Amino acid sequence: MTKKLSIIAMSGDFDKAIAIFTLASGAAAVGYEVNLFFTFWGLDIIKEKTGRAFIGKGFMARFFNFLLGGRKNLPLSRLNFAGASPHLMTAMMKSRNVATLPELLQASIDLKVNFYACEMAMVVLGLKKEDFIPEVKDVLGVATFLELSNDGQTLFI
Amino acid sequence: MSTIKLDVTKEHCPMTFVKTKIALEKLAAGDTLEVLLTKGEPLDNVPKSATEQGYNVLSTLHVSGDIYQVSISK
Repeated sequence: MTKKLSIIAMSGDFDKAIAIFTLASGAAAVGYEVNLFFTFWGLDIIKEKTGRAFIGKGFMARFFNFLLGGRKNLPLSRLNFAGASPHLMTAMMKSRNVATLPELLQASIDLKVNFYACEMAMVVLGLKKEDFIPEVKDVLGVATFLELSNDGQTLFI
Repeated sequence: MSTIKLDVTKEHCPMTFVKTKIALEKLAAGDTLEVLLTKGEPLDNVPKSATEQGYNVLSTLHVSGDIYQVSISK
């Protein structure tokens, strides 16, 4: 039986996104089936527009999405220093030859990690499937996620 | 039948086995991947996960210091 890892990606933090894609690409590389379920702030990680953009349906949703800022503006969960730290952290990672967030995301895509988006959080933030990277396979709810993650390991990040 | 070389000695987790896996996926039947890696987690896990995924680990050679060469075929 294929080993399986499912991750609920709730946080839109930079460091937690690193953890998500490190686990996802590493598990996929050693033969796991990997399911990533992005919800709430986690949806910011998989937006097609990587920078700040007024996207979504409705004034409030567009404002929230602009403030969230996309994958290029994910904040560090500690010591963010108004957004400077993720850039410093990326520079440190590069200088120490550790994979950066875009590299880990690409590795996860190359190793056929499954990306899913949470339907309910998408409604709240006024987002539709087309607002996400094309690798997002489907839009799901709790019941389908539980089915997908059944008989495997599940993490909440 | 060709031999592909890969050096992951400068890489860190998870890219040691991510890059190995991506290279293994590109192998045609009969091709061999010669991967240079360091002892510790890469040496412990790359041959093990390759075997688990149905590849043949042909040999593990000590190159120098902490560096080993693992040959894997499809």
